[in-house]
Formats: sequence, C-alpha cells, structure tokens
Amino acid sequence: MGLKKYIPIPILLLAVVAIQLTTHYTETPFYLTQLTMSAYYALLVTGLCLVMGYAGQISLGHAGFFAIGGYTSAALTTFNFTPVKDHAVLRFFDKFHLLMTTEDMFGDILLNFHPWAACVIAIIVTIIIAFAIGIPVLKLKGHYLAMATLGFGIIIYRIVLATEFFGEADGISEVPGFNVLPGVSVNGDFDARIQNYYIAWTLVTIGLVLLLNLIHSRVGRALRAIHGAEDAADAMGVDTAGYKLNIFVISAVFASIAGIFLTHYNGGIGPSEAGVMKSVRYVAIVAIGGMASLWGALVMAVGLSFLSLRGMFGSYDDAVFGAILILIMLFAPDGLLRLHYLDKVKRFFRKTEDIS
Amino acid sequence: MALLEIQQLSRRFGGLRAVDDVSFSVPEGIIKAVIGPNGAGKTTLFNLIAGNLPLSAGSVSFKEKRISGLKPFQIASKGISRTYQSIKLYLGMTALENVMVGCHTHSSAGFLAGMFNLPWTWKEEKQIREKSMELLSLLDIAEFADTEATSLAFGQQRAVELARALASEPELLLLDEPAAGLNIYETARLAELITKVRDRKITVLLVEHDMSLVMDISEEIVVLSFGRKIAEDTPHAIQTNREVVRIYLGEDDDA
Repeated sequence: MGLKKYIPIPILLLAVVAIQLTTHYTETPFYLTQLTMSAYYALLVTGLCLVMGYAGQISLGHAGFFAIGGYTSAALTTFNFTPVKDHAVLRFFDKFHLLMTTEDMFGDILLNFHPWAACVIAIIVTIIIAFAIGIPVLKLKGHYLAMATLGFGIIIYRIVLATEFFGEADGISEVPGFNVLPGVSVNGDFDARIQNYYIAWTLVTIGLVLLLNLIHSRVGRALRAIHGAEDAADAMGVDTAGYKLNIFVISAVFASIAGIFLTHYNGGIGPSEAGVMKSVRYVAIVAIGGMASLWGALVMAVGLSFLSLRGMFGSYDDAVFGAILILIMLFAPDGLLRLHYLDKVKRFFRKTEDIS
Repeated sequence: MALLEIQQLSRRFGGLRAVDDVSFSVPEGIIKAVIGPNGAGKTTLFNLIAGNLPLSAGSVSFKEKRISGLKPFQIASKGISRTYQSIKLYLGMTALENVMVGCHTHSSAGFLAGMFNLPWTWKEEKQIREKSMELLSLLDIAEFADTEATSLAFGQQRAVELARALASEPELLLLDEPAAGLNIYETARLAELITKVRDRKITVLLVEHDMSLVMDISEEIVVLSFGRKIAEDTPHAIQTNREVVRIYLGEDDDA
C-alpha cells in the first residue's frame, strides 16, 4: 500500500551508482571522499527536516548531537582504559566482550571499546541527552525554542573545547576503523574509498526509507497537524508534547549516527563539528530544500556540503550559508526545489510561445 | 444520567471573573446550548471543559470521572471533541488529511510501527481513509477531499472541522459558534446536521449567537452573563424569562 512514496528511491540508487561509475571512468575517484562525507551530513539534515518541516519545530543544536555521537564514539575507541581496567564499570563491559586490546607503535597494550560497543553507547548517550534537553526546551515555541537549542549547542561546543578527555582544541584523532560487518569497514583508507561511498549511501537510503514511512503514517499526519495548528491537534487527541519530543530524539539519533560514522571515516573529530555555525548550516540547508521536503533537504545537503568540502566557498564558507539563509527566507521561503518554480518557468516559456 | 457535570466552575483572569461559579449538567443524548451576550464567558467555559485553560476553582466531570486538570489530548481521548469559533484547520493539509487526524484517538500506529511501515498498520490506514471519506460525504464535501483545507470556502471549512470532530467518534461534541459566518441556507443545513449528529447518540453542547438556530434545535439552554449562570431551562421558558430578556434587550436598571 502506498508504494508511490518509494518511487524516488531507485532513482537515488541509480544516481549513486552512476556517480561512482563516472568518477571511475573519468579517473576522479577523489570526489568520492567528499561525496561520502556529504552523505553523512545529509543523514543529519534529513532527520532535522522532519523536526523542522513536518513537526514545525526548530533546532539550532543539531551539531551538538552530531558531536555527541562522534566524540563519544571517538573517545571510547581511542582512550586507553588500561589504568582503570579493574574498575567495576569496565569489568562489566569486559564481561560482554565489548572491549578490545590493540598495540600502539611503541608496543604498549591499549585497552579500548570495540567500535560497535562505542557506537551503541554513543547512541544511548545521545538519546538520554536528547530527552533531557528536549523535555524542558520543547515547551518553548518559535524563536524562544531556537534560542534554547542554540544555547545547548554552545554548551556542547564549549564542553568539547575545554575537556582534556575530548582533546580540547585538537579534537580526537587516530580513531580506528569501524568494522560494521565482517569485511565491511568504515575507515578513510584510500583503497576503501568506493566501499565507504556505498556504506554511507546505504545508510542514507535506510534512513530515508524510515523517514518516508514515518511521514506517510498516522504519526506523520499527527506531526504535520502539530505544525498546522497545534492546539487543534491537541484537541483531536494528539499528545503534542510527546510527539514533538519523540521526533526531536529520533532526529538527534540520526545526527548522532552521522557523527559516529563520519568520525570513523575521517579517523577523527574536532570541535568545529560541534560549532554553532554548523547548526546554522544544517538549518539553512533544510530551509533551502523546502522545509517539508525530505528530497529537497537531501539534494541540497549533498550539493552544498560537497561544494563546501571541495572548498568552493573558500574562507567565506560560513558567510555563504548565512547568506543562503537570508536569501531563502526573503525570496523563497518554500525552498528552491518546489514545483511552482517549475510552473513559473513553464509559464514563462508558454508566454513567449503565445507572443510568437 | 448526566454525561457532563460542571460544578462551581470558576476562572479568573486577574481581577476579571470570566467564568464565575457556574454549575450545570449535560444529560446524555441531548442538544444543549450555552448562550449569552459577548464577553459572557462562553468560549472560556468551552476552553475549561476541553482542558485548554486551567480552572481557578470547581470541577468538570465526564461520565462521572473528573476530567479537569487533564491535558486537552487526554480529554479528547476520553471522548470529547470540539470545533472552534475561529476555524482551526491544519495548514498545508488536505481536507481528507484533516479529517484523518480526527481518527487519531481510535487508531494506534506509533513511531516505530510508522517508521518500519509494519503490515498491520496498512489495514488501519485504509480504515482511517475510508471512514474519513464517509464523513466528508456525509457533510457534502467529498469532492474537496484533496483540496488544501484552508483554501476552501468558509462554510466548507466549517464542514471539514465538523467532520474532523466527528471522526474522533466523540460521545460529547462541543461546538463553538458553529453558525458564525454562515448564511441562512447554510445555517438551516447545519441545524439539520447537528440533529443528525444527536441521532447518532452523540451529545452536543453548543455555544451560539444565532438565536433561531438555538431555539430550533436545542432541548436545554444555559444563559450566561458576565461569567455567571443566570438561567437554565427549555427554549420556550428561556424566551419568556424576564432576566434573559432584560440582558438581551440591554435594559439596565441595577447598574
């Protein structure tokens, strides 16, 4: 039932394969690196799109959730827990074989968390923090909510910048690869580039299918009703506070997973990923994609992240995204990829035909 | 047995007593109207019943259970649905989708079921869609099912709102000035509809300015003035009630 919503999925998959083949035959495989990173940012942006475009809430703190995922995973897989290995907490994790030992270049034995364990812990930490932040903050509306989430983002940024455990201004580097499945590893090795490109896009596709399903479900309808007239949604039995909280947490998990995977892919994470300007950028991308358009958000996230990562915007990177936000709000609050723009173009050509 | 029981209900806004010590009950299966001049506290009364406003004193009970203090969505799930004086349809959603949201309390697919598109939800979705279409047909607006609800004509928007309220299969329907902005034909049609709703065993409590509508369809009337209940009786008795006539004619002899 309702298979129409999946129609763009095979098109997306074809495009993903076509791009990979193109880079292969044009001998430009280096583009795949940025396309992989863009895919992870797109994962975050599509999650945020549900919060903003469908539930009608705003979050200027999603870089914070990205950082929580990335940093937790990075810290657990790189920090040497040997000195505290007899602590009850670590013994508990060891009992379930969630720890692993590696040897560093000096021959010392390091005790770290297995990436899978780190990944799960990072997601759980994200969920707990998202609930803790979401419960009080989502009572606010409009720009008050924007400011509160902004405050949350700033707190996360200052914490990672000031904590030795998180590497302060240097961030965390030498994060090991993440063996998702036997033979499938998320890492930045040159010969794993194509594999990682497909891992990232598989993850994005799974995320998209889940979100598409949600949008077209009873819950999606209720979320749009909250956006459309909150008290009338409440009066029809929609637990508006609960729904807003749930969708906020789900999108935080999307951001967190993006952070975890990108950190393993890059082999590290720095405080700039937690920066407020990153959150602004994500909001700008959702806006330019058309707010309530998952596909618009995806296309814009990949396109703009790719251009930004290729250094097209130079040192004006943040300024470009700021400018995009202003221009979109002024001239195309429905986003750039809306059908009525196509209509306008069509009408334009029809008119010229009539004249001739 | 009274379906809705309102006891010594009060709501103050600062020094203003918007609803002041009001008590009445709504027996099951009737149409009851609340009337009164502008500012009498009618809409405040509705908002107190539906849980949109916290009350200052008193209590509201539904089916002999206290509902005051519950959140609006909890009250809705107990079987009370409402429409608004200023129409509140969901922006950006079609008429059909608006009505489908009304089915929320009688369906159950949650976040996980939705994300994984679990097969059992398909049947539920189909039922929701069919039931909503039926209601649109009942209100003669089936042809606008796929039109964005907020772009419909005023009378049609009212109909969508009513369909949405009915979709939740309420036992008590609160109608806040349903005839406001309707012409006489539409009002006559509305009267017919409300009676039809009552015949479906749905109790109706309405706030209304249109006296002919109120007198035609309601079985009991409560009159409010400056937040206080000044009369409660049958339409005929209300029409001859001196106090009510005095208020409506604006005669003012006791300052």
